[in-house]
Amino acid sequence: MSQTIDVTVNGERRAVTSGLTLLELLRSLALDPRTVVVEHNRAIVRRPRLGDVTIAPGDAIELVHFVGGG
Amino acid sequence: MTAAVDTVRDTPFVVGGRTFHSRLMVGTGKYRDNDTMVRAIEASGAEIVTVAVRRVDLDRTNQAGILHHLDPQKYFLLANTAGCFTADDAVRYARLAREAGFNDFVKLEVIGDQETLLPDVVGLVDAARALVKDGFKVLAYTNADLITALRLEDVGCAAVMPLASPIGSGLGLLDPHGIRTIKRRLTVPVVVDAGVGTASDACVTMEQGVDGILMTTALAAARDPVAMAHAMRLAVEAGRSAFLAGRMPKREVAVPSSPLEGMLD
Repeated sequence: MSQTIDVTVNGERRAVTSGLTLLELLRSLALDPRTVVVEHNRAIVRRPRLGDVTIAPGDAIELVHFVGGG
Repeated sequence: MTAAVDTVRDTPFVVGGRTFHSRLMVGTGKYRDNDTMVRAIEASGAEIVTVAVRRVDLDRTNQAGILHHLDPQKYFLLANTAGCFTADDAVRYARLAREAGFNDFVKLEVIGDQETLLPDVVGLVDAARALVKDGFKVLAYTNADLITALRLEDVGCAAVMPLASPIGSGLGLLDPHGIRTIKRRLTVPVVVDAGVGTASDACVTMEQGVDGILMTTALAAARDPVAMAHAMRLAVEAGRSAFLAGRMPKREVAVPSSPLEGMLD
C-alpha cells in the first residue's frame, strides 16, 4: 500500500497518496481540469502546469469553479 | 412590426472595449432550479450574465457548476467577487475567476456590512486600483455616492455600478438624483446594480439616463421568473427609449390637449 500524506483540500483535511500531482488529485476526485481552477498554497496553478506540481504534506489546495451568483 | 428602437437613435453600449446589444445584465443565483434560470435569462435578452466563484463541492451533494447549464459561447460570463469583505479577498477571487479562462472582466464587490451588504468604499477603491493594475476590466459595485464613483473612474474602472437600493431588497431606485449626478459627471458607463424589484423600477432607472441595469433577485424571486424577465427586457428598452426621447416638462396646472377655438356657442 502506498504512503499517504495529510493535506487540506477546500478547507477539509484529506489523506492523499504521497507523490500525487495536482492533476492526479483532480482525477482522483473525478474533476475535469477544464472546469476547475486550482489554487495551491495561495498561488494559482495554471492548467498546463497542474501535472508538474507535486503535492507536499500540509499543502493547502483550493478547487473552485463558477456557480450561480448576482 | 416596427420596433421602437428603429425610431430612436441610440449609441452602442460599450464596456471595457466590448460592444453589447442588451442594456440588461442578469445574475444566475437564487433561482429555484436551473431550467427556470436558463429560460429566464433567455427571456431577458441579456448577453452579460454574472456568476460567482466558490469551492467545488467535493461530495457532490450541491449543484454542479453553472457551466453545465449556461453556454459560455452564448453568454458573456461576468464573474463577481460577491461575499468578499476585504480588498485582498476580492483580488484573490478575481484572479481565480480570470483563470477560468473566459475574459478579464470582473464585477468587483467589497462588502462592508453583513446586514445591509453595502459596499466598503475604501476597500473597493483599493481593490479596483490593484485589479486595474493587474490588467482587469473592473466593473465596480458601489453606492450612489458621486465621490466614490469619481475615485473608481480615476483608478481606471471600466464601469461604475451604483446601487438602486440594497442587494436583494427590491426597494427600487431610492436616490434618482444621486444616480443622475453620477451619470452626468462620469465618462465611463454607469450601470445600476442591485435593488430593482419590478419592471417600473427598471424603467424609472433607465429614464435617469444610465447605461444599463444589472439585476438578479428581481427575476429569481418573482413568482414567474421567465415572465418577469420578459417584463424587465421591455422595461429597460422602454426606459432607455423614453430617456432618449426626452420627457415633456412637468407643470403644476392643466394645459388642454384639444383646441379652445371652434367650440359651439
